Amino acid sequence: MFRNRSGEFSWVDFTIDVLRVLIVLAVVVGAWNTLSSGRISLAQWVNLLAAGLAQGSIYALIALGYTLVYGILLMINFAHGEVFMAGAFSAFFLAEALNRTGFLNEQPLLAILLLIMFAGLVSMTVAVLVERIAYRPLRGSPRLVPLITAIGASFFLQYAFRGLYGSNFKAYPQLQALQGALQIGEFNIPITQIFVFSSALVLMLGLHWLVERTRIGKAMRAVSENKEVARLMGIDIDWVILFTFGVGGFLAGAAGVINGLFRPQGVNFYMGFIPGIKAFTAAVLGGIGNIPGAMLGGLFLGVIEAIGPNLVLAGLGIPGANQLKDVIAFTMLVLVLIFRPQGILGERLSETKA
Amino acid sequence: MTFMTSQASRHVLRLGLLSGGFILFAGVIGMIAAFHEREVVDDFISLGQTLLLAAPFVTSYVAAARLSEAGQEPRMALAGGFVIGALTALPTIVLLLFNSEEYRNLLYASLRLLPFVAASFLAWKSHAQGNETRQVAATWLTAALLIGIVAFGFALIFEVKGDLRGVLVNVDRDWVAVVTFDHRRELWTGIGLLLAASAGAGLAGAVMRILPDIPRRALLYGLGITLLVGAFGETVRLVLQENVDRDTLREIFRRDTLRQNAAATLFIVSALAGFLWALFGRRAQDEFAALDNSRRHRIRNLGMLLFAALLLALPWLIGRTLSDVAVTIGLFVLMGLGLNIAIGLAGLLDLGYVTNYAVGAYILAALTSIGPLGLFKGTFTFWMVIPIALLAAMFAGFIFAVPVLRMRGDYLAIATLGFGEIIGKLALSDWLKPLIGGAQGVQNIPKPFLFATELKNPEQLYYIVLVACLVTLFVSIRLNNSRAGRQWMAIREDEDVATAMGIDTARAKLLAFTLSAATGGVAGAIFAAKVGTVFPNSFTVFISINVLSLIIVGGIASNPGIVVGAVVLIGMPELLREFSDFRFLMYGALLILMMINRPQGFIPSKLVMHEVQAGVKPKLSAGD
Repeated sequence: MFRNRSGEFSWVDFTIDVLRVLIVLAVVVGAWNTLSSGRISLAQWVNLLAAGLAQGSIYALIALGYTLVYGILLMINFAHGEVFMAGAFSAFFLAEALNRTGFLNEQPLLAILLLIMFAGLVSMTVAVLVERIAYRPLRGSPRLVPLITAIGASFFLQYAFRGLYGSNFKAYPQLQALQGALQIGEFNIPITQIFVFSSALVLMLGLHWLVERTRIGKAMRAVSENKEVARLMGIDIDWVILFTFGVGGFLAGAAGVINGLFRPQGVNFYMGFIPGIKAFTAAVLGGIGNIPGAMLGGLFLGVIEAIGPNLVLAGLGIPGANQLKDVIAFTMLVLVLIFRPQGILGERLSETKA
Repeated sequence: MTFMTSQASRHVLRLGLLSGGFILFAGVIGMIAAFHEREVVDDFISLGQTLLLAAPFVTSYVAAARLSEAGQEPRMALAGGFVIGALTALPTIVLLLFNSEEYRNLLYASLRLLPFVAASFLAWKSHAQGNETRQVAATWLTAALLIGIVAFGFALIFEVKGDLRGVLVNVDRDWVAVVTFDHRRELWTGIGLLLAASAGAGLAGAVMRILPDIPRRALLYGLGITLLVGAFGETVRLVLQENVDRDTLREIFRRDTLRQNAAATLFIVSALAGFLWALFGRRAQDEFAALDNSRRHRIRNLGMLLFAALLLALPWLIGRTLSDVAVTIGLFVLMGLGLNIAIGLAGLLDLGYVTNYAVGAYILAALTSIGPLGLFKGTFTFWMVIPIALLAAMFAGFIFAVPVLRMRGDYLAIATLGFGEIIGKLALSDWLKPLIGGAQGVQNIPKPFLFATELKNPEQLYYIVLVACLVTLFVSIRLNNSRAGRQWMAIREDEDVATAMGIDTARAKLLAFTLSAATGGVAGAIFAAKVGTVFPNSFTVFISINVLSLIIVGGIASNPGIVVGAVVLIGMPELLREFSDFRFLMYGALLILMMINRPQGFIPSKLVMHEVQAGVKPKLSAGD
């Protein structure tokens, strides 16, 4: 402790270590206070956990896009949150149209499938266009250049969609099939949450199959391993990168629909920004570039965000703890970047990558 | 008769569709209709129409330049300009038809056909690449299916909604009115007009390019200056109002728009000036260069003196409204120069700069407010708090810098963004509400006093900002060549090498963050005193993005670039209200375009900036 790599005393390390101790202390004290006061019953904890897992699986789906792109290009696609927004926002109109024709509630399964495909493909188009127009010309430039470009793309997309679809919040129609709750033992779990979790799981399994079992998946892994060698093996790098952006975009769009059906607050042009940063947090939590890591990181972040305010902040006597959900998530982001940039799973941690 | 080479015609086709896509996009997001609200020349042309015509004009100007460089004859350039103009109108015309009630079925038909056409095109491309039949067929099927789903979805949406406007909110009557030149009822007349105007503008652009140099420059000056004055008519009127009597003003302007006579006069005068400059400008420049050093210096100093006098007299010259804009610009110059220490000099992409601004503002609010949340209620004055705000912001910069010192560039950016968001959420929370007022914020902040005069007008606040900007400018010019500055630049270029050269990188980075935060705090404090109320919604990530954009556009690590960047990027949306809705759209597009085409900015710093220099092989290249 308190020493840097060369063994000298370092104020930076000292401060960071003090910070570490303080945070652990705060978490322990807060959790102890909450648990010993018994303000929250077991059933409530389970509900929080389920809600966290549902929210987390949405983060996980978005996080996969960050991780896929990072694995191949080593770049943070800051505009990925907006890709998520593009699908969710566009599919809102389809959901509304399907609702008006009555199809949405007559054939909920088919309707959801159609919505997911639609949103996924719209997001895919946006992601691919962004890659083609904004990122491809910058391939191989220093890291901050594509990052600044991505920030530009992020704000451009936000305001372009605001111009296209307007700036009002629009709420997805409610699906009757998703109302109500499921009784599991003594716990009531809302069906929407089960739906969110399971559909995210299906999509992730699909991605796993794509990456591990198909030819293009093999090409993706090869490109992320070593681009030059992959090129020599006859792999069309540009196509693989485009495809990766497309897959990430598809998952983000699908997440957009699932999110829309799950959360009643509705969609608007700014909806992608905060989830985008959170999903990036999830990706880093799981070890960026690591696909199972992103899934776990997302779920983990969702749970922390749901439980953290009630467990730690409320225990420390902070009023309105649930307002501070986002603070918990962003604090997680900063803490992970400080203490464990290679993530929980930390797959390929070399000095150059992590 | 010669024909264009296939390459040249493809070039023309591509540029035409590009400018057509731009016009379509600008229309669909509501830019054209919004800009139409502002008239450039009274009863003659609006800003929206200018945009509509500027796209084909500029595109064919560029295309004509390329075509003549490629050795094409002038009439080919003219033909190219005409085609580009017509192509520019094409996408808009298609959307007009889709939008009209008679031809709406065209929309549904084309959405049904689209998957087959697009899939066939992709399959044909795949075939042309020499793929096997099986692969070509697979391409066709996948593409038809995927595009089919999207097309089916949109067709369903439009059919259920019954019109485009239910989804694309800006494809409305206003847009139709602008692009058909007020022939909303007679669609085909409108389309004809649009096509003719666009093709005419394209042709004019090409003509302009093949004119001899001197008349071309004269015309371009005339056109450019007239359009600029017309577009910023309100601003120009506000300036003139302070200096010209009302009758003259009424001759030039009808409310905020330039009258036709005045515009014609302005065009002739500025074209004449452009003509004279084109004739004698080069000679004058040469003569200036031929002067001996001391006289050149004297002329330069005279220029500087005039500029300083202008800066000092500015509030009198431009009046209250514009002084207010000048104060805002000044605040962003302050922040830009501050953030530049981190981004430009040390290469640390700080996306949480708004934190410092918020700290400065809240410190001033808490210490000086005479409202219920003021801590001391009148004990502290503005002047006492400014240094405190500066130190507090520096302290905040220091605190937030320590954890991120070890981070790599892109993680550092995201982490600082995270800090900014955390501060924003905390400011809104119930937890800190007793201290800083939650969403309502802190109110009743008194204006600064100078020897018993209350500095309550923007004209007076302007001088505070001016002094702060000049001091900051002086400091940052000095920093450029200081020991610390050189250390930062070494870190920016290569951190490992910098460490190896014996630079204490942690210390240098801390210093960069701390100093960079200082001006943010001052800007925040002045802002708080200016508006009198501080609440969390003024301190969002958009502030940081604003500052980042003006640095990137003006020129990273370039002090004059940042000042000019602030004047343009902050001033323009303030002066052209129609612009402000599209402000971040424009910033986003600018960030992308600058990074691709001109990463060093419009007024680049003399010091080569490797961090953003295109073509320099980076230390951490994309491959591993």
